[in-house]
Amino acid sequence: MTVLIGQSFTGISIGAVLLLIALGLSLTFGQMGVINMAHGEFIMSGAYTTYVLQQHLTDAGTSLLLALPAAFAVAGTLGIVLERTLIRRLYTRPLDTLLVTWGVSLLLQQLARDIFGAPNVQTSTPGWLTGRITLFGGEHPVTLSHARLFILTLAVAAVVALTLTLRLTPLGRRIRAVVQHRELAEASGIATARVDRTTFFIGSGLAGVAGVALTLVGPIGPTMGTNIIIDAFLVVVVGGIGRLRGAVVAAFALGVLQALVEYSTTVSLAKVTVLIAIVAFLQWRPQGISTVRTRSLA
Amino acid sequence: MLRVEDLTAGYGRSRVLHGVSLEVPGEAVTAVLGHNGAGKSTLLRAALGLIGAGSGRVWFEDEDVTRLPAHQRVRRGMAYVPQGQQSFPQLTALENLRLVADGRRDGRAALEEALDLFPALRSLGARRAGLLSGGQRQQLAIARALITRPRLLLLDEPTEGIQPSVVAEIQRTVIELGERGLSVLLVEQHVGFALRAARRYCVLEAGRITSSGIGEPGAEERVRQALRV
Repeated sequence: MTVLIGQSFTGISIGAVLLLIALGLSLTFGQMGVINMAHGEFIMSGAYTTYVLQQHLTDAGTSLLLALPAAFAVAGTLGIVLERTLIRRLYTRPLDTLLVTWGVSLLLQQLARDIFGAPNVQTSTPGWLTGRITLFGGEHPVTLSHARLFILTLAVAAVVALTLTLRLTPLGRRIRAVVQHRELAEASGIATARVDRTTFFIGSGLAGVAGVALTLVGPIGPTMGTNIIIDAFLVVVVGGIGRLRGAVVAAFALGVLQALVEYSTTVSLAKVTVLIAIVAFLQWRPQGISTVRTRSLA
Repeated sequence: MLRVEDLTAGYGRSRVLHGVSLEVPGEAVTAVLGHNGAGKSTLLRAALGLIGAGSGRVWFEDEDVTRLPAHQRVRRGMAYVPQGQQSFPQLTALENLRLVADGRRDGRAALEEALDLFPALRSLGARRAGLLSGGQRQQLAIARALITRPRLLLLDEPTEGIQPSVVAEIQRTVIELGERGLSVLLVEQHVGFALRAARRYCVLEAGRITSSGIGEPGAEERVRQALRV
């Protein structure tokens, strides 16, 4: 029993990482319908931002906390530049967007190699995140590292902040209005192009925040984005396009499934099982866990 | 107020308007009458800038707005109520209105005025717009347009497809808005109502204005003959 509980906790912490990397994508892909293959590199930019800050500030704790807003700004700015220069011209052309942003993703990877070198780098974890808490003792102790708990807290905070922004602020109303009925929004006096830009800034910025979190659980490298972008897309697709709630459920469900299967088999087999489960789920429910009407991808 | 000069517009390669010229005077209702597919809605959409003008010009209050995007024309004092009771379906009725009131200095007062015009909307504020009846959604759409305190309202078939009990109320509101001094460009199939509301009218056929006149007794007969209905 404690094994199950322990693996579930592991699953929840995997889910928290998935949720963080998918949250930004649920805005840009889920709400706006933009297939941005460079989203993973925005995550990478957040991770490298943490690394650079730590090189300049010796205190790991301060640099980590400062990295959160800094990474949001860096990744968000990259997002705005991409939206203004390329994506804006390709709305309603998803395949072209996919190819173009894939190219941008390769460019950004090479840029990272040129600046930071090809080998992975590492940040040091601040002291207050190195410990573990033990939930159940005994034969199979259930422990959770402070770093994982921090990521979980960060994911929950990001979801809450995003939900409140979308629900309660004028900007959130404008974002939802443009997603639901672009032409009527324009005809109601809303500068829809500016709303697109802002939405893209927030979605990309959240990728940067995810990048900060990933420095706590793995190395930082030029291809780190490529390795996780597929997972992020899977979470958004399974969750249902355009709904945050769906993405939250999907992230934790996939995380727990991965952890449970992983325990009795191997990591690779668990990945395969999760993919098969996703394919089966989408056969049964192609629209995902929950959906709203969004701008058509066609 | 609004001057349309030799305007052509359409969708893709198919042209719908073939050189329409029209002047909408201030403080009065002007009606555009015509059959389905004559280009009435296209005229309103092109006047607001939702579709580009192929050629010709659109002037609003002596400013050439032909190249301005729609939202900037709205900021300059135009408002638009599209055909078919359109709303933001997942937003509540109140959110539909606040969306437009946001960021306006007089937003709160304008929102109250709009709700005063359609008191029924007050009790429906928390309901999602997609769940309202057609009549309620139309009232919501008109209220949303009025919150920007427009000087010109483009109104596309406000009573089409609406339950009869609400039609009379909407007709009364349109007439009242005209009497209050708002300029209205009204597209309408319902000739009797249009001529009661409007001081001037024009008839649009196959993308061209074929006749125009003043909404006086006897005008209805002439329009019906022009439309052959």
